[in-house]
Amino acid sequence: MSGNAALGEAAVLAGCTCYFGYPITPQNELTEYMAKRMAEVPGGVFIQSESEIAAINMVLGASVAGARAMTSSSSPGISLKQEGISYLAADELPAVIADMVRGGPGMGNISPAQSDYLQATRGGGHGDYKTIVLAPASVQELADLVPVAFDLADEYRNPVIILGDGMLGQLMEPVSFDHIKPPAEFPKDYILNGAKGRPSRMIHSLLFDTKLEEEHNWKLYRKFQRIEQNEVRFETFMLEDAEMVVIAYGTSARIAKGAIKRLRQENLKVGLIRPITVWPFPTEIIQETANRVENFFVFEMSTGQLIEDVKLALGGKRHIHFYGRPGGVIPTPIELYRVTSRHYYQAVREKSQ
Amino acid sequence: MKQIYGRPKILKEAHFHYCPGCGHSIVNRLIAEVVEEMKLRDKIICVAPAGCGMLLYNYFDIDTLESAHGRGAAVSTGIKRVLTDSLVFSYQGDGDLAAIGTAEGFHAANRGELITVIFVNNGVYGMTGGQMAPTTILRQVTTTCPAGRNPDSAGHPVKICEVFSMLDGTSYLERVAVNKPAAVIQAKKAIAKAFQHQINKTGFSLVEILSPCPTNWKMDPIRSCKWIDEVMVKEFPLGVIKEVTC
Ligand SMILES: Cc1ncc(C[n+]2csc(CCOP(=O)(O)OP(=O)(O)O)c2C)c(N)n1
Ligand code: SF4
Repeated sequence: MSGNAALGEAAVLAGCTCYFGYPITPQNELTEYMAKRMAEVPGGVFIQSESEIAAINMVLGASVAGARAMTSSSSPGISLKQEGISYLAADELPAVIADMVRGGPGMGNISPAQSDYLQATRGGGHGDYKTIVLAPASVQELADLVPVAFDLADEYRNPVIILGDGMLGQLMEPVSFDHIKPPAEFPKDYILNGAKGRPSRMIHSLLFDTKLEEEHNWKLYRKFQRIEQNEVRFETFMLEDAEMVVIAYGTSARIAKGAIKRLRQENLKVGLIRPITVWPFPTEIIQETANRVENFFVFEMSTGQLIEDVKLALGGKRHIHFYGRPGGVIPTPIELYRVTSRHYYQAVREKSQ
Repeated sequence: MKQIYGRPKILKEAHFHYCPGCGHSIVNRLIAEVVEEMKLRDKIICVAPAGCGMLLYNYFDIDTLESAHGRGAAVSTGIKRVLTDSLVFSYQGDGDLAAIGTAEGFHAANRGELITVIFVNNGVYGMTGGQMAPTTILRQVTTTCPAGRNPDSAGHPVKICEVFSMLDGTSYLERVAVNKPAAVIQAKKAIAKAFQHQINKTGFSLVEILSPCPTNWKMDPIRSCKWIDEVMVKEFPLGVIKEVTC
């Protein structure tokens, strides 16, 4: 199954009953899958919207009405959704947004890229807010993380982004949905469904009073701190004895694993830290590792965005090597193997001098 | 003693923030009266705009959500598709619906979404200080067309009802005004009728309300009401623009 279709099926199994989308490559298979699948789901809603702006606002409406709602797009379309994502965060409404990143800026191309890392992890739209960002590295993991995304969105009442790329979306891999449980129940005491037998409710983000706006911003901030404390996810690979540690997420982490296996055959002690949540970022494991490892190697399909978080985590204390390919170029494991071993030997030389 | 007139229960005790003579306050009251008379409180959801009507949630004792500027029809669509038995309306100004939110309004209308738009046309951007709106009359002076609206550079007034009437998804489109008692009574009837179309599931309904903005028109309230009859109505003729029998 393609990553895009697996994402759709996992969403259905996770209780998503509303999908709103606008065509854009490389995520069209998901929109098409949902067009078919939502018709089979009781109460299922599918709308091919007039724009990404409309789609995210339909998600907002469905979310306010109490449904599990989702939209998806790729880079240029996600830019248009940022207005709505900011409102979802401000209104504290759950929603899941999938971003199958492609090369940019501007129209860019339709090849896989990781150049929207900063947009996804820094809020992306206007105002002081964050989105939870999950970055799967395989079709199975993508399917596994979709129910997690919906649960996190409901638990924290905040938008959650699934950050993939064109490769993950279009990759065909075997995938199992067996372990996806029916969705958990979350309190819906905020939804708008007509004030029958209860006081009317209002949801708004306009707070003319600067004191109230500040209070609201701090309240959101405290929520984001809770998320940072509780929801960090990462994977480590051959980390125990590593002398150089690659930090990469999503597709590039997958490429890095291939390269590391080869490096290990030559006894180069290279390991991997793979953030699964890129926000909240796994700062602690990087800092712990830095207690014994001098050399880190950031690899991403961009000119350098993830590296900013690694720099923040390391606080200037360790050596950071970097390799990035922007514009939709997918480096091969062999290429990364060569680059990594070059940096590895350079580090060894410097140490012995 | 028999009470023959009073405050609708749907209107909270809050004071309107609207300027003296503003049409928004009349429209707010009319909606509250209709919601009460049609017994809709239990199932109605209001989507408020960015614009002078944005504080509706302070006034209406009904479930209300603030929408981003112009996105009311898309948000209403999302709500209504989930809660198919509810009654959903967005309240939008002319900048909101006829400029930044044209796409969302147009396509919701075209899909025949079972929602209602209460469209307050005051010919200016009230909230931001009286800039030109898509519905500003030719040669009307605003802060961003200080020499009067010139069609060569600023185009012509947008007639939302007439444009939307071409879309097969629309079932009820009426243009009314709130500048004199008879017009206000008609406006109330139009709002009730639009809601009834939504209840009967005939299609998308919209009521366009010509509404005075004395502050930005730089006229006193009485002059503003007269100006609607003398000038605005000539550009925006009143009446039912489209009605599909339900
Ligand atoms: C994206 C965005 N752009 C601009 C604004 C600023 N803004 C607030 S209300 C408004 C227009 C109000 O005019 P109108 O819709 O005609 O309503 P009125 O105030 O006249 O009732 C604008 C431009 C905003 N809130 N959001
Ligand atoms: S600025 Fe105009 S539309 Fe806004 S409240 Fe005042 S009179 Fe009404």
